[in-house]
Amino acid sequence: MSKIQDSTALKKQLEQMFRENSKLISSHDQPFISKAREEAIISFSDIGFPHGQMEDWRNTDLNKALSGKYTSLFKPGHGDQSIDQIFKCNIHELETDQISLLNGWYIDTKKPLVKQENGVISGSLAKAMEEYPEIFEKHYGKYADKDKDGFQALNLAFAQDGFFIYVPDNVVVEKPMQMISIINWSEGLFIQTRNLVILGKNSKITMVHCDDSTNEEAMFNNSVTEVFIDENAQLEHYKLQNLNNQSTLMNAIWFRQMKNSSLKSNAITLNGGLIRNYTHTVLDGEGASAEVYGVYLMDKSQHVNNQVFIDHAKPNCYSNELFKGILDEEASAVFNGHVLVRKDAQQTNAFQSNKNILMTDTAKANAKPFLEIYADDVKCSHGATIGQLDPEAMFYLRSRGICAANARLLLLYAFAREVVDKISIEALKMRVYDMIRKRLKGELNICDTCALHCDGPNKEILFEIDMTKV
Amino acid sequence: MLLEIKDLHVSIDGKEIVKGLNLQVNAGETHAIMGPNGTGKSTLALAIAGREGYEVTSGKIIYKGQDIVGMAPEERARAGIFLGFQYPVEIPGVSITNFMRTALNEIREYRKLPVLSASEFLGRMEEKKKLLEIQNKLTNRSVNEGFSGGEKKRNEIFQMAMLEPTLSVLDETDSGLDIDSLKVVAKGVNTLKTKENAFVVITHYQRLLEYIVPDIVHVLYDGRIVRSGGKELAIELENKGYDWIKKELSRA
Repeated sequence: MSKIQDSTALKKQLEQMFRENSKLISSHDQPFISKAREEAIISFSDIGFPHGQMEDWRNTDLNKALSGKYTSLFKPGHGDQSIDQIFKCNIHELETDQISLLNGWYIDTKKPLVKQENGVISGSLAKAMEEYPEIFEKHYGKYADKDKDGFQALNLAFAQDGFFIYVPDNVVVEKPMQMISIINWSEGLFIQTRNLVILGKNSKITMVHCDDSTNEEAMFNNSVTEVFIDENAQLEHYKLQNLNNQSTLMNAIWFRQMKNSSLKSNAITLNGGLIRNYTHTVLDGEGASAEVYGVYLMDKSQHVNNQVFIDHAKPNCYSNELFKGILDEEASAVFNGHVLVRKDAQQTNAFQSNKNILMTDTAKANAKPFLEIYADDVKCSHGATIGQLDPEAMFYLRSRGICAANARLLLLYAFAREVVDKISIEALKMRVYDMIRKRLKGELNICDTCALHCDGPNKEILFEIDMTKV
Repeated sequence: MLLEIKDLHVSIDGKEIVKGLNLQVNAGETHAIMGPNGTGKSTLALAIAGREGYEVTSGKIIYKGQDIVGMAPEERARAGIFLGFQYPVEIPGVSITNFMRTALNEIREYRKLPVLSASEFLGRMEEKKKLLEIQNKLTNRSVNEGFSGGEKKRNEIFQMAMLEPTLSVLDETDSGLDIDSLKVVAKGVNTLKTKENAFVVITHYQRLLEYIVPDIVHVLYDGRIVRSGGKELAIELENKGYDWIKKELSRA
């Protein structure tokens, strides 16, 4: 019973923290947000943390993550490194606008909130709460269901800062927005960031969201993002996750998509102790489309859980899910894809696919693609595979002189590629290829991502030619 | 002698397929191995290349003076053995360019030759493509993915040209080929042929041998070579069919 007591201890600790710090927590609030916090903490007290008896959490063991010792920061904290040193560089050849969180708090290099000439606003959620109450009243807490699980309620109660992005109607943002969230603290942190992204009618933006660790300290990030995509707007959302093995990331993203809007989401999970990506989208207008992709490369005792819920609420919408994973050693993965086609959502096209390669007998994958259909004129399919590398292909490669280890690398790389190929920013795609190659070769360390030290050891990799450089 | 196979027995899942086979191939020679389906032709080819599960229960495969039984397939390839597959496998996501570069560089590393630079490599690829009249687009695609039968076989010959093996075993490279592809394949073999290398061409039909003229023709039947002769043996087989061999054998 000790395990349950441990998560109960954390629950009690958090409830107490909320009571003791509620003034500090709600210091930037509009009254309706403070009210939402009160309701949310009651919800959390009521439902508590998710557990293994809940269908969505069945194969994800939270006990270790919830029994860790954590502290929380109710004010910004930087740790011992200078900010400049931490945010050293960017993705090569990729010009981005960069906004960053350190230990869950927005880093303002210039101003906490920047409004560009075209009306695009980006920056700190805490600041935006104060300055744009009308936007928050309309959207904040409206897409995420706080009662879905304890983490959602907890986040709504505690969240103080995060990213805020607002793109007005008819504005196309050319440069991708790079959102970097870094943890750098000398002891275990429990952080609860919350992001709000609004895309106006006919607007377009690309976001690259990186979650990185800078040391081997444990941390727990319970992150919730709400995204509203208005009519004809287009969002591409990339997530790069490279966290240390003591890290837990609960990453829930709630999308609401209006008529003819399009979403492309791609989660690239390279490292992390326990990562859960929950993607929820409501296709709430005809002609909306959602492409939700992911690739994960896990080893040791890492665990990744990808959950996708797509609500086809209106007719003529399209959704496509593709998740591929490579699991080595004792790593484990869960894929739960749930597509709901409501009664009036005729002419729905919905596809789901999850493919896993297990490198060892001890690696595990659980796949549950699930279609729930109430309309009668739809085209839906789902499938999942869990297998080993094809021995015929291995022999073919080896018969040409390629050693078993490199043959394996070539095949794994090719397997992961199908998802990476869907990235439409060329520079980012190249960067991700490179990271995946390094990861497969065991050469990727947690600092080696988009935000940090990208000039690190760049050993040439034998089997790839960049044709543009010849 | 380049290759000497002595009393070779090969089993798959405990079932003996090759049953005491002898074969000698010298550098500069082209051998044809013919025979009805299911007599052990492909098993022999895969056993030479080192396919897992093809168990050599007794006998020797001596290549350049060394018994290669038990060697890993990549080691055999680096030593200069090449297998042209009857059914080349499709490998989505691996481009032919990267595949060949990896293979060639590993082979060169093993032979203590300097690794080719990207431009040297691409130059070599262009040269071989020209030699074999292979279209440019073929090498930009994933290995064999969506290839027609003819394209797959041309790709095998292309790989052979790139890797420049000493002993090439071509397993029914002619099966499923139209006459144009057949000519391309034959041209490849004839162009690549030197005094230092050798070819073992496995085929069911005599047709290919009109284009690749063998020095010696062997008939494989029930896991053994039952007859060897000059190229006229192939014509005799074509005219009389394999039943003729079967009858002769049962009489003997």
